[in-house]
Amino acid sequence: MNKRKIEENIFKVLMVFSTFIVVGSLMFIFVTIFLKGLPALNLNMLIKTPQGGYYLGKEGGILNAILGSIVLGIGATILAFMISLPVVFYLNLYLKKNAKFAFLVRFFLDVLWGIPSIVYGAFGFMVMLFLGLQASLLAGIITVSLLILPIMSRSIDEVLKMVPFELKETSFALGSTRLETALNVIFRQALPGILTATLIAFGRGISDAASVLFTAGFTDYLPYSLFKPVATLPLAIFFQLGTPFPEVQERGYASALVLTVIILSISVLSRILSKRFTKHIIK
Amino acid sequence: MRAIAYCPPSSIMKKMNTRKLKDAFAKKLMFVFCLFILSLAFLMVFGLYQRSKPILAISSLKNLLFVKTWHPTLGKFGLASFIAGTFWVTLLALIIAVPLSILTAIFISEYAPKRIRDFIKPIIDLLAGISPVIYGVWGIIAIVPLVRDYLMPFLSQKLPFFPFASDNYTGFSALTAGIVLAVMVFPIIISVIEEVLRTVPFEIREASLALGATKWQTVKYTVLRKARPGIIAAIILGLSRAFGETMAVLMVAGCDLHGFPKSIFDTAYPLPALIANTYGEMMSIPLYDSAVLLAALLLLVVTALFNMLGWGILLHIERRER
Repeated sequence: MNKRKIEENIFKVLMVFSTFIVVGSLMFIFVTIFLKGLPALNLNMLIKTPQGGYYLGKEGGILNAILGSIVLGIGATILAFMISLPVVFYLNLYLKKNAKFAFLVRFFLDVLWGIPSIVYGAFGFMVMLFLGLQASLLAGIITVSLLILPIMSRSIDEVLKMVPFELKETSFALGSTRLETALNVIFRQALPGILTATLIAFGRGISDAASVLFTAGFTDYLPYSLFKPVATLPLAIFFQLGTPFPEVQERGYASALVLTVIILSISVLSRILSKRFTKHIIK
Repeated sequence: MRAIAYCPPSSIMKKMNTRKLKDAFAKKLMFVFCLFILSLAFLMVFGLYQRSKPILAISSLKNLLFVKTWHPTLGKFGLASFIAGTFWVTLLALIIAVPLSILTAIFISEYAPKRIRDFIKPIIDLLAGISPVIYGVWGIIAIVPLVRDYLMPFLSQKLPFFPFASDNYTGFSALTAGIVLAVMVFPIIISVIEEVLRTVPFEIREASLALGATKWQTVKYTVLRKARPGIIAAIILGLSRAFGETMAVLMVAGCDLHGFPKSIFDTAYPLPALIANTYGEMMSIPLYDSAVLLAALLLLVVTALFNMLGWGILLHIERRER
């Protein structure tokens, strides 16, 4: 009896310890980024583009990268949304509950979700060459939209699965077609979840660097054309840390702080929005 | 609805028809989008294969995978040391991540009160949402000095044999990458295991507890046994995530080429980092791009297979439970 109690207690301690490490590592990441980034952060960094020799330690900021990331992220999110929504509506409204085809599409989405972003980058690079494009905002948007397509579709799919079956039946019984049900009833009912899913996908889109490395390129200018290269925040961080100059590396830490804050605020925003829009929901 | 009732029947029919037509058209369109999803993986494999054909034409796949000389300028493209580097780093990450993740998942689903669970789960979600580059920055700021100043001097001197002996004093090492990767794969492993544990029927636990087993014995002998396939699936999914992670590894692994890794403190140069590192020079050396895209193809095929296996196991469990 005693031995069993001891074993129980040992494992309890181990479990609490590992949970502490998992939770602690997130705190550790935030604390290091804040402690290192905050002293190096100043307003000039946020409102200026790199002047000549920025990466050698001269004047300038990372506005090009911040705006670039946001423009690219929004573009990719819109494109991915336009593909995700029809797919998910099809799976949930047009097919029977246990249809083989729906099963297959979901399985492929899960597999696509697990494919590394660098592979999407390489594939995007090929598509880019195939279409005769240069490294540009457009190529970046296409690549990132493919990258976030699986996560967006699967999250919206999970939301639509939660919509009560009676709601669909009621709508059908009133004579509306599946399309009308999808757009007027289901979409509104699932809106909070759809918004959350979209924001998660947007966050994933702006935080990825490996996929835009080949496709979006990098530039010191603000984004102004779909066919010109665009700077992205993760790559700006990567390049700044890659220089041998301490003052530029400091700015890299500050840029990392900016990216962390953006991602944190997206996460908080998605929580607030999903609360606010729940008032349209029929429970 | 009232207004329609006053319309002549033919116009009702017309309106009905356009509505039905719209519906049918939307159905076709949506179906095409679904086909696009299904074809995407094949398109990627096909496209990458097309582009890596030139290198496969002059050298056999076996040669490329198992030879370790990498000299693009001399036309030698052996990927073996990169593949070994990938396995080395992934292995280290899993050794760290798997026990911690399993214990955490058990704690969340079996032991923790609801209040603590509600606190931990968003944190794990947040961990999944952090940019890989941020992980890299964290690795450089925090883990590199930790390895350089504490772990490496201590272990390398106290235990001067495989796999600890090394003469790399920079702190940018396979172990550093392994630690950072471990934190990056926590979310996927924990959330999948937690989900699997939740599908284990409650009655099984009650039966075991009623027989006088302690809580841990119940977990060990019944819950974990029932959840074993799911836990394996979670580990496979974590493995494939670690396998393809690029930027964070590129930033902390040192990425220096010197054959097969001999120590956890040596630098490592995994496959994804190779792909990312070549973006500048890729088009300037003949066959270079082809070799790099072959590496991407390799990565795609391996991670896709791992994912199919992992999700396949999970689907199987879900069906059995139903």
